[in-house]
Amino acid sequence: MNKFILTASAAALALAASAGYAAARDQIQIVGSSTVFPFTTAVAEKLGQSGKIKTPVVESTGTGGGMKLFCQGVGENTADFTNASRAIKDSELETCKANGVTPVEIKVGFDGIVLANSKAGTVVDLTKEQIFKALAKNVAVDGKVVPNPYVNWSDVDASLPATKIEVLGPPPTSGTRDAFVELVMDAACQEEVKAANEKGCGEIREDGAFVEAGENDNLIVQKLEANANAFGVFGFSFLDQNADKLQGHKIDGVEPTFENIASGDYGVSRSLYIYAKKEHVGVIPGMQEFIAEYTSEGAWGPDGYLADKGLIPLPDAERAKWAENAKALKGMGS
Amino acid sequence: MTDAIASFGAGGRPVSIHTDDAAKARLKGRYRAEAWFKWLGAGAVALAGFFLVLLLSTVVTQAIPALRLNYLTLPIDLSAAKVDPAKLDEVNYDSIAQEALAAKFPDVTRRQDKRLLRGLISTGTGVFLRKDIAADPGMLGGTVDYAVPLDDFADLYLKGLLADVGSDEAISTSVTPSGTSGDIDLTFGDNGMLALARGHGATEAENGMLTLTSGASSLLVVFNGGTVKLTALSPGANGTAIAKGTVIEALDSTAPAASGQASLRVIDTPEASRKISDKEIVWLDTLKSAGLIESRFNSIFFFTGASREPELAGVWGAVVGSFLTMIVTLAIAFPIGVSAAIYLEEFAPKNRLTTIIEVNINNLAAVPSIVFGLLGLAVFLNFFGLPRSAPVVGGMVLALMTLPIIIIASRASLRAVPPSIREAALGIGASKVQTVFHHVLPLAMPGIMTGTILGMAHALGETAPLLMIGMVAFIVDIPGGFTDPATILPVQIFMWADFPEAGFQQKTSAAILILLLFLVIMNAIAVILRRRFERRW
Repeated sequence: MNKFILTASAAALALAASAGYAAARDQIQIVGSSTVFPFTTAVAEKLGQSGKIKTPVVESTGTGGGMKLFCQGVGENTADFTNASRAIKDSELETCKANGVTPVEIKVGFDGIVLANSKAGTVVDLTKEQIFKALAKNVAVDGKVVPNPYVNWSDVDASLPATKIEVLGPPPTSGTRDAFVELVMDAACQEEVKAANEKGCGEIREDGAFVEAGENDNLIVQKLEANANAFGVFGFSFLDQNADKLQGHKIDGVEPTFENIASGDYGVSRSLYIYAKKEHVGVIPGMQEFIAEYTSEGAWGPDGYLADKGLIPLPDAERAKWAENAKALKGMGS
Repeated sequence: MTDAIASFGAGGRPVSIHTDDAAKARLKGRYRAEAWFKWLGAGAVALAGFFLVLLLSTVVTQAIPALRLNYLTLPIDLSAAKVDPAKLDEVNYDSIAQEALAAKFPDVTRRQDKRLLRGLISTGTGVFLRKDIAADPGMLGGTVDYAVPLDDFADLYLKGLLADVGSDEAISTSVTPSGTSGDIDLTFGDNGMLALARGHGATEAENGMLTLTSGASSLLVVFNGGTVKLTALSPGANGTAIAKGTVIEALDSTAPAASGQASLRVIDTPEASRKISDKEIVWLDTLKSAGLIESRFNSIFFFTGASREPELAGVWGAVVGSFLTMIVTLAIAFPIGVSAAIYLEEFAPKNRLTTIIEVNINNLAAVPSIVFGLLGLAVFLNFFGLPRSAPVVGGMVLALMTLPIIIIASRASLRAVPPSIREAALGIGASKVQTVFHHVLPLAMPGIMTGTILGMAHALGETAPLLMIGMVAFIVDIPGGFTDPATILPVQIFMWADFPEAGFQQKTSAAILILLLFLVIMNAIAVILRRRFERRW
């Protein structure tokens, strides 16, 4: 009886509320990557301040979660844009198409992944191979694949300090982790490990040397401040904003600076994207204005406000190309 | 009691097992155990109190800076040449404010420096200006003194949170500059400066040249109405010292400053380790000493919505969102919860079915809150097609979560009403419904209200169930109704804690304080209700 009352009243209220909601949505909804979130929110706010449209609502759901919501279908109850810290996967594109969604891809900039520690700690100059040896679950020693035996950095390479390997990084659900694995672990994978297990390259050790610190990068920053021997793996914008407390380390001899990431010299950087739903242009007000604002020089240019937030701009030619694409609303696979 | 036993013993009677030595030892042991337990209990309370004080004092000390914001008063030119009264929306108000600031520093000509200078005032300046002009067109037509909020880093610096500002002392020797702007040489009358530079982290080359890199403290020489930043020092002839420096603020003349006229300003935190450059510090100090900067109550924080700029971010949107969500929660959970409790307690037959329901209600109270969020996503969003991020859905999800708490509390307080009340009412001919609604429910109401308020306070602090239904989102506009996108206070705190900008740290603590304040108020109401209206039998 109680359950009946409960369900019935909830249903009645839901129906009443949905009846009130029959009017068309007049506010853009954006979902997706937490890495792109700080930039998209800045654009949304700027656009809202201009008074042209209502400020878009931006959710941080992670790249994968965002794609799922975005490709769900067409209509008011689905998101208009999704942020992604990697390009859309073929499988996701297929889902999108099956549901009648045509995504318009816009590459908005780069993000570097940095290895950093507290300013009180030592400065090291690492190669990708050393990082792989320090963090992989299985490594090759004398031609044999064994569980990672290294305890101190000096075990990996004599030139490194004799401190314990302790790296705080993102969990497997994070786009940052995916990119780190792809750009460092896969790139520097040892032949023996790859031969032994096709997926072995991407496996990160679970014996305590690598600590999954959660999605909150600020938490990693605070932990690094407290422990000078620990290193952290996170996005460049957090290093940029906390330059007073943290120092980034060279990887393969290149320092993680704004210029080096923009020029492509720094090896551990990835592209950031937003995807627009072509079917919603003209239906949800403000779609075109949002795209135009994001791709304006004042936003994503080298002197734009997104650069102040830590987004690394694309080279001029690429910006022009993607802006053109976005303006023409060139849908994927059509 | 013990006295009585002891007096019997003194009266010459044989010593019993209650008075012999072993008994005395036992008694002592029992007292000791009691004393121990008291101490342990007091210790536990003290420890809990200590942590509470620690937590609160950290939050409060962190939150205090967020309650004030520094404003810069600038003469803003709103004459017809700048602002066309017919086309108010097309004016670039930001650049008007930036021009007013640039006019204060005519020496700043390099493009990068101009950009730095522009960055001192908030990027929201134009928006405020436009709103104020729309509200009061009388501002137009001339130059008005208008207070603009400072950028977050400038604000944090003035609050002393960004850099250790060291000493500011007179230099006890003469200083002779070689020019008034650009890179110049300074000649100091004695070489005391060399030792000083060494003490502040200058790197020394073999020829005795000291270089002050960005990793060393900043040494600024202030004289002749300007400021020079020292970059390198070397010993000169006759015990003098020669320094190379960059002029940050132009000097009036190249006249030598006598001993005691120049002063040395040391900023201990090296330039590379702070988010504000020497130039910005000098500019801010100049503006401050000119009396143009004023610290005001931070009304932006209390009365605006979210923002990506720390100085423009406010909690009002989240407070309104929380309020709307709580109204929906209360409107659903209270009537349903109380009706369910009355039925189960007063009317339902005691059989296997009601026992199962009872057990399940208790189980429901222990279900992790994220599960309710998943339910909300599946039922309210996907099945009923309700809007994402809306307080109505959030309220419904939280109502499901609060229901078992309300039912359990209501049943307990209904049960506490003595049966004699019911029997008396039934005895004089009241029907069952009359008995419950006229006599039992009013007496149980204080307890029910207390339970409800505590349940609501619990719901107010939840974020997990709202994650799935899109209320964990960046929403700038203040919600105007139950279906507008909205977020709530705990979500706002969670998001601010995650933003990289340093200015959000204080905002996070201040928002926590506001949330705590609401919880304290709700709990206080619950206590008052109980004190005033609760009857004991």
